[in-house]
Amino acid sequence: MSARLKALAVALVALGALAVVVVMLNVRGEGDLGDEIAATAAPPVGWRATDEVIARGAYLARAGNCQACHSARGGAPYAGGRAIETPFGTVFSSNLTPDAEHGLGRWSAPQFWRALHHGRSADGRLLTPAFPYDNTTLVNRADSDALYAYLRSLAPVAQAARPHELRFPFNTQVALAVWRALYFEPREFQADASQSADWNRGAYLVQGLGHCNACHAARNALGATHGPLDLGGGLIPMHNWYAPSLANSREAGVADWDRAEIVALLKTGVVNRASGLVTASGPMGEVVLRSTQYLSEADLGAMATYLQTLSAHADATQAATAPDAKRPKPNPRGEKLYADRCAGCHGDHGEGVPGAYAPLAGNRAVTMRRPANLVRIVLEGGFAPDTLGHPRPFGMPPFGQTLNNEDIAALLTHLRTSWGNQGTEISALQVNRYRGTR
Amino acid sequence: MSITHLKNALRRVRCWLPTRVHSTALRGVLLATMLAGSVVQAAPKVEDTIAQRLQGCTACHGAQGRATPNGYQPRLAGKPAGYLFHQLLNFREARRNYGPMTSLVDPLGDAYLREIGEYFASLDIAYPPPQAATATPATLQRGEQLVRHGDAARGTPACQQCHGEAMMGVAPDIPGLLGLPRDYINAQLGAWRSGKRQAQAPDCMAQVARSLSLDDIDALSQWLASQAVAAPAKPLPEWPATRKMPLPCGGVSVEAAPVAGSQIGSPR
Repeated sequence: MSARLKALAVALVALGALAVVVVMLNVRGEGDLGDEIAATAAPPVGWRATDEVIARGAYLARAGNCQACHSARGGAPYAGGRAIETPFGTVFSSNLTPDAEHGLGRWSAPQFWRALHHGRSADGRLLTPAFPYDNTTLVNRADSDALYAYLRSLAPVAQAARPHELRFPFNTQVALAVWRALYFEPREFQADASQSADWNRGAYLVQGLGHCNACHAARNALGATHGPLDLGGGLIPMHNWYAPSLANSREAGVADWDRAEIVALLKTGVVNRASGLVTASGPMGEVVLRSTQYLSEADLGAMATYLQTLSAHADATQAATAPDAKRPKPNPRGEKLYADRCAGCHGDHGEGVPGAYAPLAGNRAVTMRRPANLVRIVLEGGFAPDTLGHPRPFGMPPFGQTLNNEDIAALLTHLRTSWGNQGTEISALQVNRYRGTR
Repeated sequence: MSITHLKNALRRVRCWLPTRVHSTALRGVLLATMLAGSVVQAAPKVEDTIAQRLQGCTACHGAQGRATPNGYQPRLAGKPAGYLFHQLLNFREARRNYGPMTSLVDPLGDAYLREIGEYFASLDIAYPPPQAATATPATLQRGEQLVRHGDAARGTPACQQCHGEAMMGVAPDIPGLLGLPRDYINAQLGAWRSGKRQAQAPDCMAQVARSLSLDDIDALSQWLASQAVAAPAKPLPEWPATRKMPLPCGGVSVEAAPVAGSQIGSPR
């Protein structure tokens, strides 16, 4: 055997071994789930869950905000078809209604569990991680079965799933297998015995169904996060909203909030704190609108308990870097725009109006290092979510149509450097980056 | 500052405070803050009215929804409430496609959208003078012809058949056609013709727009935008009981006449 052939043989064997490892990593932890799936009739004949289980599943579906992705704008709920833009192409959400042809009609409960827990479809295909199975893997079997029961109780909608439009190689099962070997492992939620039951319930919801880190964490070049425990903040890919760190008091950390204030924000979308009105805006407004406002006070309180320990821990380890206490440069353009366009609601000194308009003085959302949200709120305006607990919200006009990039940069620089605020200046280029994004 | 002034100011502040923070302690703080007047800046005087809550609409649609001189965004004031409500729903549910509107109404529920429609419908604000037409007399004549008589050969109904003799619409669902910018009318008919703008099914206006040529659309928008709005400048209060609509419209709860051999809607 020539040296060349020998090298080729070694390379082939190594490649084969690697492939075996990748395949093994992709089915690890499945145990005898295959047997269970084989033994379960699919579709289940005459299968019917109790009303109690269905109601519990409906609640859990809210907690997971499943409907937000699995419905197209103006389309039937849970019938899928929403385009999810990713850096690797567009993923279209699947139909979760019990339609036999296009939905979950022929799925059995263990197949549904395998999708949540292992990220594999009924036919065994690997699912794209746009479906946050890195989080849903933590959902327990009873909750998975309740979700399944709820989805089966919906009216079937015969709407075909649209194939994903992912670029090569991301559109292949091999690429998904490699990604999963690198970044995914099916896991059970491990309760922390040193913490209260309340804290553990919160951790289960935040890390699992809530999939908070899908937005509140940075992603690497292949779209992976550091896992459900990382809530250190990140720019939401393709959407260009910054989901602030939940572990940093200068961003969205809540260690120094009252627990009731956190609950109120998640329940109603707004909370009047001593420092002024705080509103869930942008994508978080949508989360409150479609998900958290429907959760029980007990569950929201549990999430609050968990989130508070998270930021207390991270803040303690964070080096305190005092911002530059330099005097702001004169900015007559920003000052005048503020007086003309903003002061009527936000006050001459950025003090805001309790119950209606957020203060801008001393508001961390204004001074945050990453200015994405501030720029977008001024460009696009918006309403707080219209929730059961806080209906008929006040709205802010969009200024993107009437102010140019230089105007908005001057205005934002004024907000970030006035009334004791010590944020950085904003350039017209930074404003331009967020124009026309969704 | 007199005590009466203070009491009035306090009442204003209280009206927008959530009930749960109405406490004696808070009143005390507010009173103290106001007494300190010259030292601590009082919060802006903001009253809890629907107009104040809808300040977000005015940047583009003008104060009280009276439209701005920029020539595109339409007036809202005085349009029929049901029509406005349906348009807000259409933006939220992607039957109309304009990103800024969709993102504004996205977090709002049906009850609030209905209230918003009713608010703008209730405003009675004088119309500005019309835009001067820039088209030839022949084009304007064609526009007027379509508005008043339609085009039987193509099965295009007259605009006036549904939008009223005065072309100011019929409450609650049919909008007026006067007092709108030319560019806006042009863009809406074009969008309906291409399917970019939709309404609740059956989408009668899509059928009408598809029966029009681009020249027809130009003629219509030129003529409509150049017409002065005559008093009383309001939609008819209701659809006449004896009449039927020429086409069934999903967004309008009025019965349509059976369509006999009509060619309306065949793409041109």
